[in-house]
Amino acid sequence: MSKTTIKLNVNGQSVEAQAEPRELLIHVLREQLQITGPHIGCETSHCGACTVDIDGKSIKSCTLFAIQAQGSEITTIEGLGNPDKLHVLQEKFKEHHGLQCGYCTPGMITRAHRLLEENPNPTEEDVRFGIAGNLCRCTGYQNIVKAVMAAADELNQPEAVA
Amino acid sequence: MSAAEETIQERTAALKGLGTSRKRVEDARFTQGKGNYVDDIKMPDMLFGDFVRSPYAHARVKSIDSSAAMAVPGVIAVLTAQDLEPLSLHWMPTLAGDKQMVLADGKVLFQGQEVAFVVAEDRYIAADAVDLVQVEYEELPVLVDPFKAELPDAPVLREDIADATEGAHGPRRHPNHIFTWEQGDKSATEAVLAEAPVVAEEMVYYHRTHPCPMETCGAVASMDKVNGKLTLWGTFQAPHVVRTVASLLSGIAEHNIRVVSPDIGGGFGNKVGVYPGYVCAIVASIVTGQPVKWIEDRMENLSATAFARDYWMKGKIAATDDGKILGLWCHTTADHGAFDACADPTKYPAGFMNICTGSYDIPMAYLAVDGIYTNKAPGGVAYRCSFRVTEAAYFIERMIEVLAIKLNMDAAELRAKNFIRKDQFPYHSALGWEYDSGDYHTAWNKALEAVNYTGLRAEQAQQVEDFKAGKTRKLMGIGLCHFTEIVGAGPVKNCDILGMGMFDSCEIRIHPTGSAIARLGTISQGQGHATTFAQILASEIGISADDITVEEGDTDTAPYGLGTYGSRSTPVAGAATAMAGRKIRAKAQMIAAYLLEVHDNDIEWEVDRFVVKGAPERFKTMKEVAFASYTQVIPGVEPGLEAVSYYDPPNMTYPFGAYICVMDIDVDTGESDIRQFYALDDCGTRINPMIIEGQVHGGLTEALAIALGQEIAYDELGNVKTGSLMDFFIPTSWETPNYQTDFTETPSPHHPIGAKGVGESPNVGGVPAFSNAINDAFRAFGLTHTHMPHDHWRIWKTANDLGLHS
Ligand code: FES
Ligand code: FES
Repeated sequence: MSKTTIKLNVNGQSVEAQAEPRELLIHVLREQLQITGPHIGCETSHCGACTVDIDGKSIKSCTLFAIQAQGSEITTIEGLGNPDKLHVLQEKFKEHHGLQCGYCTPGMITRAHRLLEENPNPTEEDVRFGIAGNLCRCTGYQNIVKAVMAAADELNQPEAVA
Repeated sequence: MSAAEETIQERTAALKGLGTSRKRVEDARFTQGKGNYVDDIKMPDMLFGDFVRSPYAHARVKSIDSSAAMAVPGVIAVLTAQDLEPLSLHWMPTLAGDKQMVLADGKVLFQGQEVAFVVAEDRYIAADAVDLVQVEYEELPVLVDPFKAELPDAPVLREDIADATEGAHGPRRHPNHIFTWEQGDKSATEAVLAEAPVVAEEMVYYHRTHPCPMETCGAVASMDKVNGKLTLWGTFQAPHVVRTVASLLSGIAEHNIRVVSPDIGGGFGNKVGVYPGYVCAIVASIVTGQPVKWIEDRMENLSATAFARDYWMKGKIAATDDGKILGLWCHTTADHGAFDACADPTKYPAGFMNICTGSYDIPMAYLAVDGIYTNKAPGGVAYRCSFRVTEAAYFIERMIEVLAIKLNMDAAELRAKNFIRKDQFPYHSALGWEYDSGDYHTAWNKALEAVNYTGLRAEQAQQVEDFKAGKTRKLMGIGLCHFTEIVGAGPVKNCDILGMGMFDSCEIRIHPTGSAIARLGTISQGQGHATTFAQILASEIGISADDITVEEGDTDTAPYGLGTYGSRSTPVAGAATAMAGRKIRAKAQMIAAYLLEVHDNDIEWEVDRFVVKGAPERFKTMKEVAFASYTQVIPGVEPGLEAVSYYDPPNMTYPFGAYICVMDIDVDTGESDIRQFYALDDCGTRINPMIIEGQVHGGLTEALAIALGQEIAYDELGNVKTGSLMDFFIPTSWETPNYQTDFTETPSPHHPIGAKGVGESPNVGGVPAFSNAINDAFRAFGLTHTHMPHDHWRIWKTANDLGLHS
């Protein structure tokens, strides 16, 4: 099958990939661009393990053909923080034991990041509703919710704004 | 501040040892997307394998034509049973003493069965080629109902062993019968039932379900022909056993095989067994000389790899008029699917189902389990439980409720009346176990008080009145459960898998500067072993957990162990860790005595150092001793500081717990709403309370899923009806409640640090608590028992059948 050149901006870097029209974005990210943070849990848009941020929206990257993302800005878990400066969510997930096997975690944090952009002051209900597209089999969500709430609190501290 | 000035409390805290809610060391890589799961592995020239699977549940394979598939550019090979036969790899042993087809040999026995293995340059090409492999089938009659397996017109499934009257677990009475396993005294139990004032009977079905970890199963096999070495990475809960099996199957010497479990995205029992995908990846790599990756998709995971449960448990429970239990009888029909692929210890074909007397002092009991073949996927794995313990706990906790109804008695009171008392431990059960320790009454009373049980019952009674008076359409259910687990398999004298004793191991090296590495025979799949095992060790050897690396899962470096499942890591490998730590300390004591110029017996251990008795200012820390062991000549003592322990546990451990679930049910829609869930766990000594709580939250959520909707369902043609996450229920954050956790602490008397294990308790105890809540809501309207899963439709149906909609 013929391939098309796809230009993307992933985590602040311009990149190119060659993909068939039928190739899913998650496969291009993982197999060609070595972005293995987003995972595959179903390939049917149910689990959210493949969640990435595209042009300011949470997207399950198994739901999209790579070509549909042509020209877009993509942020994955790799782009949220780095070892020298973790994202608040990354810190809070650890502090509140919001992960176990870690398989859902990149998608979960990427989704939570967007949720907090959309709603900086979520109630517990808002968080539970807002991350319901991301399945976790290990944690029972209680500590994930705690971590997201704690991250919201910290992001709302005046010094965090500065 | 010098080391001498720190208080004992400060020094203890600095170790981050037992009892500390230490943050997990694993989290840094997982939160940054830097985990290394099997599908993240990439190698030069790596090929990708994919299966052609059977659309039929039972059919003869007339022919396989792979010419069109082979014509696709990028397709390297299509393997069939014919290709594997010369290597004797078309069948493989299961962990339960049966054998299983790797690729369909003559016929298929369940929908989704592996028929051919396509090897191609990438996963898209492989998928294209799978579609082009032409398989001609001849359909055969399908057997899905285990109760019809032995009828005269039942199709014979396993033609390969149709005439075998003896199986791995004793006599077989029919080609579709696998084994009968009996425990306890049949005639004496039946005599008790015949004479008892009260006997309650029920058929309790624990439906077929699936562990469904977020990561599916997969492997990368790489045969290095130059060095004659095979490396196999994969989702293995028991990597050492996989290496042994791979060696037996392939004929490659065991030292030339390296099996590695990288990060595993949840296991829950799904990743204990050996799957055709692993074998085919190995063969394909041997054939092509290139690395081959096989990753199953979710549909394959749900429909072809290890299911769990599917036990039809017919029960009778006898009691006096005032509720003293006299005897328990159980006959179980176990639907194993097409191959017996349970991962139970060899001598226990129905696992530890004989823990079904639960938390109760039941003087007489009898259990029989019949294993049956049907046209369904093989499995029967311990899904977040220790070998059929969830089935046993669900059975007894339902039977108690059924008996309470018969006696017209409060179910909490009935439990308390029959609990094994604290002074009866170690307790010998009628079905052969020796319970190590427990204090059930204390836990139970704490739980009842915490939820204000009396108040809840009063509220429930009022609500029933209001319902009858037409004032509400909601009912309230109170789900009680007091479970006893049996975990930590187990003593080598009676526990083995494929002949391998179920010990486990730990090897420790202390480095010259006083940090350490510990390697274990187990493998974490999210339990946080790298965090908690370091804590066990920190308390034993006085080196901070932060200075101890824990490694598992690489058979070239880790000592042999049986792996992680059945809550065995803490009871067995945790014990090995403590014992290896004690060996280190024993050697260190000799070195310290030499350095302090006193006799061994004149120094004592204190948190992180050896102190001269009566002269607290004279001491050597473990760090100092470690350094000396590498830098100084110590007469009569070998250099270095290392130890290894292979731990054969003297007994199982018996964690227990008291769970209470309060549920509100909408009679008209069948919706259920969990108002409160209180979970008290007693797992003996608590290593890391934060991780224990996390395990409880997760296990309860899996229990919620199972009790309220999750199932692997088949239609009468053997089609899987729940093959995707669309149909297979996994609760989201929206349906999942907040849980209230609590604990009591009754150490195990035979475990070096008193720990019992906790990972599976919440699943074992959670399922009966949820199910009992649903059943209890309708008790006032004449319901005795209704089967799981209690999805909205089934709850609505129950209400409708009871006439509550008219
Ligand atoms: S892999 Fe994309 S939603 Fe599951
Ligand atoms: S941490 Fe394992 S799936 Fe969420």
